Amino acid sequence: MSPSVAETIRQIKSQVAQVDPSDVRAALNGSGNGSGPIALIDVRENEEVARGFIPGSTHVPKSYLETRIESAVPDQSQHVVLYCASGNRSALAAKTLQDLGYENVENMTGGYTLWKDRGYPVEVPRAMTAEQRERYSRHMLVPEIGQKGQEQLLDAKVLLLGAGGLGSPTALYLAAAGVGTIGIVDDDVVDLSNLQRQVIHTTDRIGTPKVDSAEESMKALNPGVNVVKYQKRLDASNIMEIIEGYDVIVDGVDNFPTRYLLNDASVRLQIPVVSASILGFDGQLSVFAPYEGPCYRCLYPVPPPAELAPSCGANGVLGVLPGTMGLLQATEVVKLITGAGEPLIGRLLLYEALGATFTELKVRRDPECAICSRPPEEIAEEEMGVFPDYEAFCAAAG
Amino acid sequence: MAIVRIPPVLRPSTGGIKEVDADGENVGDVLRSLADAHPATQAQLFAAGGELNRYVNVYLNDEDVRVLDGLDTPVGGGDVLVILPAMAGG
Repeated sequence: MSPSVAETIRQIKSQVAQVDPSDVRAALNGSGNGSGPIALIDVRENEEVARGFIPGSTHVPKSYLETRIESAVPDQSQHVVLYCASGNRSALAAKTLQDLGYENVENMTGGYTLWKDRGYPVEVPRAMTAEQRERYSRHMLVPEIGQKGQEQLLDAKVLLLGAGGLGSPTALYLAAAGVGTIGIVDDDVVDLSNLQRQVIHTTDRIGTPKVDSAEESMKALNPGVNVVKYQKRLDASNIMEIIEGYDVIVDGVDNFPTRYLLNDASVRLQIPVVSASILGFDGQLSVFAPYEGPCYRCLYPVPPPAELAPSCGANGVLGVLPGTMGLLQATEVVKLITGAGEPLIGRLLLYEALGATFTELKVRRDPECAICSRPPEEIAEEEMGVFPDYEAFCAAAG
Repeated sequence: MAIVRIPPVLRPSTGGIKEVDADGENVGDVLRSLADAHPATQAQLFAAGGELNRYVNVYLNDEDVRVLDGLDTPVGGGDVLVILPAMAGG
């Protein structure tokens, strides 16, 4: 007679190393027995995790263990500890991981229930509405984002400079992604010639302020997003007031003076900037994270003369190109907010649409950079946006 | 022989060509050879004293020549020089 199910589970548990919650807690606090960091995996169902989980754990439901564990724990020699509610399901999951080739797997005795009964710290995730759970379900299925990343997006404040070619796709996708607060700075109105590329606007909104038109499209896509409108031109007198408090700035402005001004102010306030520029069939993209990587002035210490700095208005641009570059910007924004992947810091990505080529160049911090070689508090407001031939440049650029 | 990638703003000076083969032992030689073949690029690349204009970034493969040896950086056959202008379009 074959053994009962309970007996089989007991046998499996006997084959899996057990670890007491106190040891897991010590390991999470970095005061374990020296066996290195652990990957703590919560194998419970979504509705159980919604009522509380152990901080620092990664949620991989038992029913998805085989398909998702590799992205959660790529290294099979990593020390893995599993928990469920009481220690039974996680024992079965631990056996599965051993069968998959994981070499150092333990099961936490007593599960989440014992952990909580001992008064150890737990975290209760923000209660998302049923509508939010459904809307963002495809994000929450991605291990690199998950519920935690979605909450980070919902809490994030992102400022878009320009609701034009680059700003249009960025605004739409960041709204769709659930970025909680999106500020938009643009003093322009929608023009017929914008609509070849500025897809957030519509033909019946020609003549409407771009910030209003953008808000209407973003709200139609996701009514939950808080849109803050600045119908003004960014300048030295208002930049600090506008950008302060934002987590990430997306630079899609169409002129050099504003790009330098933004750089200086963002370094001063230590706000990362996801920067892109476009012309013709060419695009450039980088992330300037103050003091972590180079700033815009490290890359371009001085602007080119006006004759070598044509604008899209003067020289034209492939309508699809700002879509491509704007979405690469939106991707970098989501990565910065959620901490997923490797942001494009210290690297410049060039896209050449005619040849369909991407080129990556290294960008170094300049130890003699006029701005970021100094501590932020030493960057005076009257210095911001200044470059040697500022007035001549602006006059020449018209 | 190195390959020099020409940015859009300089292409009117090279007859619209995106890539140019140019000879030279180092970055300065290669760029001067480019300027000899396409004289309209001379003033855009070089300042009056013969040094690179500060607003012109040049990369040897993926590294900025400013962190190498500038115009004296040796160039081998098959190396790629990228001339990179700042762009402000949005």
